[in-house]
Amino acid sequence: MFEGLAEKLQNTFKKLRGKGKVSEADVAEAMREVRMALLAADVSLKVVKDFVARVKERAVGQEVLESLTPGQQVVKVVYEELVALMGGTSSKLTLSPKPPTVVMLVGLQGAGKTTTVSKLGLFLRKQGRRPLLAACDVYRPAAVKQLQVLGNQLDLPVFSMGTGISPVDIAKGAVEHAVAHGRDMVLLDTAGRLHINEELMEELKSIKSSVRPHEILLVVDAMTGQDAVNVAESFHGQLGLDGVILTKLDGDARGGAALSVKAVTGCPIKFAGMGEKPDALEQFHPDRMASRILGMGDVLTLIEKA
Amino acid sequence: MTGFFSRLKEGLTRTRQNLVEKVEALVTGRPKIDEELFEELEEALISADVGADTSLDLVERLRRTVKEQKISDPARIKDLLQEEVARILGNQAQPVAFDHQPTVVLIVGVNGVGKTTTIAKLAHRWKQEGRKVLLAAGDTFRAAAIDQLEIWGQRVGVEVIRHQEGSDPSAVAFDAVQAAVSRGVDVLIIDTAGRLHNKSHLMNELSKINRVLDRALPGAPHETLLVLDATTGQNAVSQARLFSEAVGLTGLVLTKLDGTAKGGVILAIAAEMQAPVKFIGIGEKMDDLRDFDPPEFARALFG
Ligand SMILES: Nc1nc2c(ncn2[C@@H]2O[C@H](COP(=O)(O)OP(=O)(O)OP(=O)(O)O)[C@@H](O)[C@H]2O)c(=O)[nH]1
Ligand SMILES: Nc1nc2c(ncn2[C@@H]2O[C@H](COP(=O)(O)OP(=O)(O)OP(=O)(O)O)[C@@H](O)[C@H]2O)c(=O)[nH]1
Ligand SMILES: [Mg+2]
Ligand SMILES: [Mg+2]
Repeated sequence: MFEGLAEKLQNTFKKLRGKGKVSEADVAEAMREVRMALLAADVSLKVVKDFVARVKERAVGQEVLESLTPGQQVVKVVYEELVALMGGTSSKLTLSPKPPTVVMLVGLQGAGKTTTVSKLGLFLRKQGRRPLLAACDVYRPAAVKQLQVLGNQLDLPVFSMGTGISPVDIAKGAVEHAVAHGRDMVLLDTAGRLHINEELMEELKSIKSSVRPHEILLVVDAMTGQDAVNVAESFHGQLGLDGVILTKLDGDARGGAALSVKAVTGCPIKFAGMGEKPDALEQFHPDRMASRILGMGDVLTLIEKA
Repeated sequence: MTGFFSRLKEGLTRTRQNLVEKVEALVTGRPKIDEELFEELEEALISADVGADTSLDLVERLRRTVKEQKISDPARIKDLLQEEVARILGNQAQPVAFDHQPTVVLIVGVNGVGKTTTIAKLAHRWKQEGRKVLLAAGDTFRAAAIDQLEIWGQRVGVEVIRHQEGSDPSAVAFDAVQAAVSRGVDVLIIDTAGRLHNKSHLMNELSKINRVLDRALPGAPHETLLVLDATTGQNAVSQARLFSEAVGLTGLVLTKLDGTAKGGVILAIAAEMQAPVKFIGIGEKMDDLRDFDPPEFARALFG
């Protein structure tokens, strides 16, 4: 769909060949290419601006201007900065010293929360945990059933109290149930909601204050566009997030939302959803994500050459 | 129509970095139209998911118009931009034509965009218009997808043709068409499982549903609507392209416009595709569906 950034930068610098040394103006031209590539990948404009400014600072330094391969050098700088920005992540969930550890998944409608709750359940069981899934979405038609079916398929217990009761009470009930039945993790599935829906955001705050989750994770669709920053900022501001899960990375989206969300919340991206099946949950890799956002599968070989 | 406008505008004005306000802020107090103004306009468009390329094109057209018509008042920019957007989107609202009995409507799209909910909304709307509606639970894959549609069917008061979870969606489609014909139904709406457009086996499954429908009732489906989530960025262009290649589209539905996303990517899509936006979704309830009206949409975007 897009010509890769690496290729574009190569061409930009090829045009300059024969002119001798690369100038600051040439770097500015290259930065325009970087900007366009990031925007095409749906990285939020605000994040792009800050990022490009930082990259530019490094790129007008000796390492690029003096290089025989300035194109590769710029790619290298961009790539390294991107990885650094998304880095520092770990897929580890903070476990409570006093079980059960409570994990709450939140996010916009259709992001993939319910599916991810079941994936996480499977993931944790493989690590020797005893997770309990809790059906706290009382709004979406058949949301409880959806979680029950998924739990059944995986032979994971699902706690539900129907839909005629408040999600706060369901969450409390789930934790009590976990304590009584020796489950060491509780995964709360919550209803999808808009970050601007005050009533429903209040509901999440009530769940938070009554069961004190150890991890509140925002589930974000990798196809999200410029609005990712508003959504992440709002959820983070109101709830205080501990991490992010990026879903639907098995698609062909560049996934610039990853960068936006990380940049505005500072929260690590802990997992990546790679499909609809329960085992399609992976640890998040900042380096792979950086290559993907830039559309450069060949980035590593290029950098090695630089 | 005022409902559409006010509700949409309400949604749009909730946005902190509202495009309308931005454009207004850009033009007010500015003595003349300069390059900085064009650049800021471009950024405003990009922030609305219009996409860098389409935004550049749009602003380039503005530059030309301003030059050709010797426009100097920055206040005129807003109208010019609005006209350009309306031009890209086309001028006519494009309703669904019911010139078949039954009219078969196939709903497709990637995961979680709002297909099943949109079907409930369409069923509700068409039933209220006095049509006899039938639904088909063609998502036999996702957990409890059939139950979800069944609950909507009960709420709306229309019947749902269903098979077991895990069965062949083409078989559901075939049965549903036969039921629609024998019951003298006006509209049959078929739900399908969400699928990512880059998965060829899943796209082939859709083509098969299409072929089976045509065999069951020559000419069916009469409408194939791609549902797009307004929160989606540039990937929506790829979705529109690949779904169109696989099944051919007669229209688009843009959902979740009650959020703060503006669905600007629809401009990039409209610039390259024939299929018009027919409906928009502005909430999770069955009456949260509106006809898409391009001039109104442009006006709502630009104030
Ligand atoms: N391809 C793909 N599909 C996914 C992934 N994660 C979730 N999905 C699909 O996305 C759709 C929505 O997933 P749900 O888990 O129902 O999303 P949700 O956030 O719980 O939705 P609401 O409860 O309605 O807000 C379903 O069709 C899932 O199968 C993923 O990583 N890849
Ligand atoms: N705010 C808002 N939410 C919507 C809208 N349309 C659908 N939703 C919500 O989005 C979520 C997903 O909707 P579904 O209708 O299940 O989406 P789908 O495309 O059928 O999903 P899959 O079948 O899993 O691919 C649900 O929580 C819906 O209530 C809308 O216009 N606005
Ligand atoms: Mg859910
Ligand atoms: Mg569905």
